[in-house]
Amino acid sequence: MSIDQKTSENIMKNERLPDLGLPQGGHYSVDHDPDDLWGDSRVIVNIGPTHPAMHGALRMVAKINGETIEKSYCEFGYTHRAKEKLGENRTYHQFVVYTDRLNYCSALVNNVTYAMSVERLMGVQVPDRAVWIRMICCELARVIDHLICVGINAVDLGAFSFFLYGFHQREEAYTLIEKLCGARLTTSYTRIGGLMADAPEGWEKQVKDWVKRTRVVIDEMDALLTGNKIWCQRTIGVGIMDAKLCQAYSVTGPAVRAAGLNYDLRRDQPSMFYKDMEFDVPIAQNGDVFDRYLVRMEEIRQSLNIISQCCDRIKKGPIWADDKRVRIPEKDVVHNTMEGLIHHFKFFMTGFEVPPGEAYTTFEAPNGELGFYIVSKGGPAAHRMRIRGPSFYHFQTLTPVSDGLKIADMVGLLGSMNIIAGELDR
Amino acid sequence: MDINTPVPTIYGDQLEKFGELWKKQVQTLKEKFGDAIEEVLFPKEANTDVPIIFVQAARIIDVLGFMKNDAGFEYGFLADLTATDEESAPRFHVVYNLLSRKSMSRVRVKVRTDEENAVPTAISLWPAANWAEREVWDMFGVRFEGHPDLRRILMDVRWEGHPLRKDYPLRGYQIFPTPEAIDPSLLNY
Repeated sequence: MSIDQKTSENIMKNERLPDLGLPQGGHYSVDHDPDDLWGDSRVIVNIGPTHPAMHGALRMVAKINGETIEKSYCEFGYTHRAKEKLGENRTYHQFVVYTDRLNYCSALVNNVTYAMSVERLMGVQVPDRAVWIRMICCELARVIDHLICVGINAVDLGAFSFFLYGFHQREEAYTLIEKLCGARLTTSYTRIGGLMADAPEGWEKQVKDWVKRTRVVIDEMDALLTGNKIWCQRTIGVGIMDAKLCQAYSVTGPAVRAAGLNYDLRRDQPSMFYKDMEFDVPIAQNGDVFDRYLVRMEEIRQSLNIISQCCDRIKKGPIWADDKRVRIPEKDVVHNTMEGLIHHFKFFMTGFEVPPGEAYTTFEAPNGELGFYIVSKGGPAAHRMRIRGPSFYHFQTLTPVSDGLKIADMVGLLGSMNIIAGELDR
Repeated sequence: MDINTPVPTIYGDQLEKFGELWKKQVQTLKEKFGDAIEEVLFPKEANTDVPIIFVQAARIIDVLGFMKNDAGFEYGFLADLTATDEESAPRFHVVYNLLSRKSMSRVRVKVRTDEENAVPTAISLWPAANWAEREVWDMFGVRFEGHPDLRRILMDVRWEGHPLRKDYPLRGYQIFPTPEAIDPSLLNY
């Protein structure tokens, strides 16, 4: 039996630990001679599940030598809420609220993608105004998600004020979303075949003003951090996810674009009105933490471009599809007619039926490819509701990339991957 | 719109763009692998957005490998690997959602299996299949032959039952007072 195994066994059983005045736990391994600090200084540490540097309840068990991670494995599932099972036992309408809690940094993208996938199954056509509002929502959510990702990544590596610049704009964006649907974080804004409510009067103008202000702030943030010597030294060449690794591990989104693969579902597989939009897909070459940061910053700018184009082209009009199967009856009809009341009751108690069939619908979420694979066998609930979150496949690359890194660099790598536990565990 | 009027579905909306390509690819697969291709469901003829290719479990790695590397296919991106519980024998379908980044077309490959029969693992083609297959094992109890580390992934290692099976009870508790212990064997080189 090697020394390593002995050490780990002792940690597990927590026995034969001499009293050194240290807290008794997994963090101290004193199986070897206490004076011989460098003979075998390998220890096993638990990073997480509740650790400020692990974004969400993620756990990494690492065997470290000094500060270097030699070998590690990851565990998650601490926020598993059985969303896929719930999807099979709730009606399609009821499941909208569960989609908020997937990637809670960009809840609107999940709402929109879910609504799109059920509409695809049913062949429902959404009116133009609803699609434009959905596009603005998606890009707002993308800006919010990227701001929090680069901000927190910088905080983890010691740059605090950068994060506050971004957070101010993020709060303002949340206020815009609040005006839209009354909620800031868990929006539940879309409905199958439409939207919860129309945007209030003058909302588009407020969004455009916000875009103008945010453009300035993004340039300020860029000037503050991008050339910063400490930031560059901490991020350039650290945590390299190259194109080959990205292909092998099904990595998508900004991470794959930072590795030099020119691939964006908004452009390559356009849904909604993205084919009419003018925007660039930023790509970088090296796939390190710095490149992912650069790609995210540029994507924020491109998203702002898309938002202002949408605000210019949006017109007044209906927000509900003209389809009685999915449309929630108006309140005055419900309260004043018998048929309306029955319709309302049947809609919320039984739910609408989706014809049998299956479809895998994807959209470019801020993190990468978000997909809903829905199998319907008829009836008001799905037979199988598979949610393909990008974080699930991204998190798998943490172990192969971080083995050999310093612990502090692993923290930077994890921050730049933007793992969201809600989407990872579902 | 009258509620009884049949609504046109989207099935077949991509036929204009990829229909010819898919027909050619399915033809090639049938010629090359013969009996290993059990059934092909085409959009519009069946209720699906992209073609579904049912493959024999024993030949799945050959077929996926061919689809990944052949110049006419290049489905190099495993978009998703999951399973469905069909409630009739053979019970499970393992589903591979593939994407070709060159043509941006998608196809779906399925394998029929049940509790006893294992499906060969796809890790040799895509390392991404590692955790996806662990999740399928965790949630459905489908075994993958040749998988190096088929542990539970979302549930606790001491959990009993496979939650996404259709006969799994919707209520009940399994409470573990102690956290999951570190497994030192996973930290050997």
